[in-house]
Amino acid sequence: MNITLRVWRQKNADDKGKMVTYGLEDVSTDMSFLEMLDVLNEQLTLSGDEPIAFDHDCREGICGSCGVVINGLAHGPQVSTTCQLHMRSFEDGAVIDVEPWRAGAFPVVKDLVVDRGSFDRIIQAGGFISAPTGSAPEANNLPVPKKDADHAFESAACIGCGACVAACPNGSGMLFTAAKITHLGLLPQGQPERDSRVIGMVEQHDHEGFGGCTNIGECTAACPKGIPLDTISRLNRDLLGALAKGKA
Amino acid sequence: MSTTTNASEQFHSVGVDIADAKAPKGPIEQRWDSRKFNAKLVNPANRRKLSVIIVGTGLAGASAAATLGEAGYHVKSFCYQDSPRRAHSIAAQGGINAAKNYRNDGDSVYRLFYDTVKGGDFRARESNVYRLAQVSVNIIDQCVAQGVPFAREYGGLLDNRSFGGVQVSRTFYARGQTGQQLLIGAYQALERQIGAGTVEMNTRHEMLELIMVDDRARGIIVRDMVTGEIETHTADAVVLATGGYGNVFFLSTNAMGSNITAPWRAHRKGAYFANPCYTQIHPTCIPVSGDYQSKLTLMSESLRNDGRIWVPKVAGDDRLPSDIPEDERDYYLERIYPSFGNLVPRDIASRAAKYQCDAGKGVGPGGLGVYLDFAEAIERLGRPAVEAKYGNLFDMYAQITGENPYEQPMRIYPAVHYTMGGLWVDYDLQSNLTGLFVAGEANFSEHGANRLGASALMQGLADGYFVLPNTIADYLASGPYEKIADDHPAVLEARAAVEERVHKLLSINGTRTVDSFHKELGQIMWEYCGMERSEEGLIKAIGMIRELKAEFWSNVKVTGVNEELNQTLERANRVGDFFELGELMCIDALNRRESCGGHFRAESQTEDGEALRHDDEFAYVSAWEFGGDTPVLHKEPLEYEYVEMKARSYK
Repeated sequence: MNITLRVWRQKNADDKGKMVTYGLEDVSTDMSFLEMLDVLNEQLTLSGDEPIAFDHDCREGICGSCGVVINGLAHGPQVSTTCQLHMRSFEDGAVIDVEPWRAGAFPVVKDLVVDRGSFDRIIQAGGFISAPTGSAPEANNLPVPKKDADHAFESAACIGCGACVAACPNGSGMLFTAAKITHLGLLPQGQPERDSRVIGMVEQHDHEGFGGCTNIGECTAACPKGIPLDTISRLNRDLLGALAKGKA
Repeated sequence: MSTTTNASEQFHSVGVDIADAKAPKGPIEQRWDSRKFNAKLVNPANRRKLSVIIVGTGLAGASAAATLGEAGYHVKSFCYQDSPRRAHSIAAQGGINAAKNYRNDGDSVYRLFYDTVKGGDFRARESNVYRLAQVSVNIIDQCVAQGVPFAREYGGLLDNRSFGGVQVSRTFYARGQTGQQLLIGAYQALERQIGAGTVEMNTRHEMLELIMVDDRARGIIVRDMVTGEIETHTADAVVLATGGYGNVFFLSTNAMGSNITAPWRAHRKGAYFANPCYTQIHPTCIPVSGDYQSKLTLMSESLRNDGRIWVPKVAGDDRLPSDIPEDERDYYLERIYPSFGNLVPRDIASRAAKYQCDAGKGVGPGGLGVYLDFAEAIERLGRPAVEAKYGNLFDMYAQITGENPYEQPMRIYPAVHYTMGGLWVDYDLQSNLTGLFVAGEANFSEHGANRLGASALMQGLADGYFVLPNTIADYLASGPYEKIADDHPAVLEARAAVEERVHKLLSINGTRTVDSFHKELGQIMWEYCGMERSEEGLIKAIGMIRELKAEFWSNVKVTGVNEELNQTLERANRVGDFFELGELMCIDALNRRESCGGHFRAESQTEDGEALRHDDEFAYVSAWEFGGDTPVLHKEPLEYEYVEMKARSYK
């Protein structure tokens, strides 16, 4: 198939950036979207142009490195990471717009690469259980109901890709934050720090310049790991509880 | 077959034997306690004056950084990704072994030790493996305390499964995402220390050189991958936890960025590289679909429990699988290995697939695939049962190939996915360079010639949480060492070497892309140093790699400049080191004139085509000293006091 790509090119954080059009011929439908970009980059390199910068690493949908907005959709037309999207999802002759995540808290580094360090700083602000190495009790001393363990796992499946932020009209990072609050808050080990965790993480979230959550739900629709929207309800409940206790 | 001639000697010299001087003697179950007791301690008040550089944030690196940070040392951590959470440990699917014996099925520390030594085909050290089995139980406790959501039974206790052909159920797991959950646990512990100020994190920074001062590892030169700035970082000790080197084959199940540069730079500064030829190849990966292919995806081996592997009986048969009648199919594993059938070990299954494809019977694009057929299982168990067991794997396969595995057989082909070799370390995980420690897949020590399933995660976390923090303290206790000025001659020399290399790569301005060189190198490695190696092939490969390397350094095209995010430059620098590693792998494979674990020499097999070890000649670790075109082989003899050396059989 033959396609036309319109790709966001921006030399660095200070550059204004613009969409640039490239034609690409003989694209195999079995290629992944990123392999298609590899092929384009090989052609650009040989013709002396700068290849397009984009983040990617495992290419099996788990590391969370990749992620671009394709035709206005975070990770493209199907619910998966960009690396798991294949060219058979597009028609011959398609015109495909490729842009970086757009959010105040994710500044563009170059082309399609953004800085998601804000996510790490949200985790630093409380997204953990303090368990210094060596201090752990015997693992089976603390049974966890299977239902809670399974539910915690579903939230822990977040890969930190940032699609939720890119999809949100407010640029909110609430789904990411709530997934961690839910994962740790459902486990007995997570109880001692439950209040300080939610206060710390939400404070950092706001400090980083993420927008507020207005329950639109675009985040969960774009999430390649299916993190459910009710994690945000849980976060709000925990936050209210923690703030109320703090005042008492 | 005779193994007396040694064609490898034209490519290397032989140095003096070496030994692991740190492993205590005495009963094996007391050695680790004895080492810990005899290690020097560091007063908590003095720890913040001591600094450690840790490169890599996978299971080994992140757990070591978090633990040393908690202990009060000043830690500087580095990773090439945009966040420490993305290291490739995250992609491990199956599980993590631990000798908890929760199933009361006869497991014990000794049994895990025994299985690992035997599984490593008697090429690992008994002392190290025993320690690994001992601390395995602490790892599970630690991870649960951090909130790792392992699978549980209805009673709320931890679930286990049997994995990798062992007869006990000792594998802990979190669906098919165990690596992800363990890494997120270590990552969160690491972020906690970053927030507390004990660990200084440097993301998008790649180590390009090791700084040696007065015969001690004292720092690294890194490139800030966003600005291109070349930075100097010094410390009292340096830890490399940078993973494996499967990407020397270009196509592997590793992440695109996984590379050998940090260990290779240390190797060039004198660190021995051990057993580079030991490579693990996994039989059930999704085959290559075209020359644009960038990586390979692993599917769980559990598929072989119900899937039947076959190829057409006649070479070149290009009918659809559904048009090939039963009596024109060759279920070759069932035919050759009637007692184990489709469940033969990884290396045997991989090699058998290669032989079928070499004979022209391969299926799919390029004839590089064999069928894995579930028709019989669907008929026997019903589609819902097959879906319940393998649904997620079938979905993954359908997403990548666009084919429906419920209606037509899957196609599979082997792929490289783990490397047992790595930098040589002693019992303390210290390399032969004083002050340089190596942890996780980057070192060579616990898996011998072959790693068992669910043991990579165990080793990464054992090294990072429990082994290294104890042993490195013994070294740091003699510090802090003299502060290194930024204009120290050793620093200036290392910086100059990096700047010169970057400048060289950017100024060649040739006509071939980095990837085209990397792909060609990968094809050479796969053909001659992959599933089966021979004297003739390896000698040929060494020549081809040398020619390709020379062409690379005169004809590669690297666009852009250093002072920006330049992914082409990053890749070019890594590929430059892969050539040298590939050459050493071939020399190591040439020297090892036996078949063992992940290393199969065509000249060393039984009449039935099974791997044939030569314990009398090769029961040693090959530790290579850098020597340009002529590396120096140092042998570390291996002794087995506890587990009797035996040959395996799967007929």
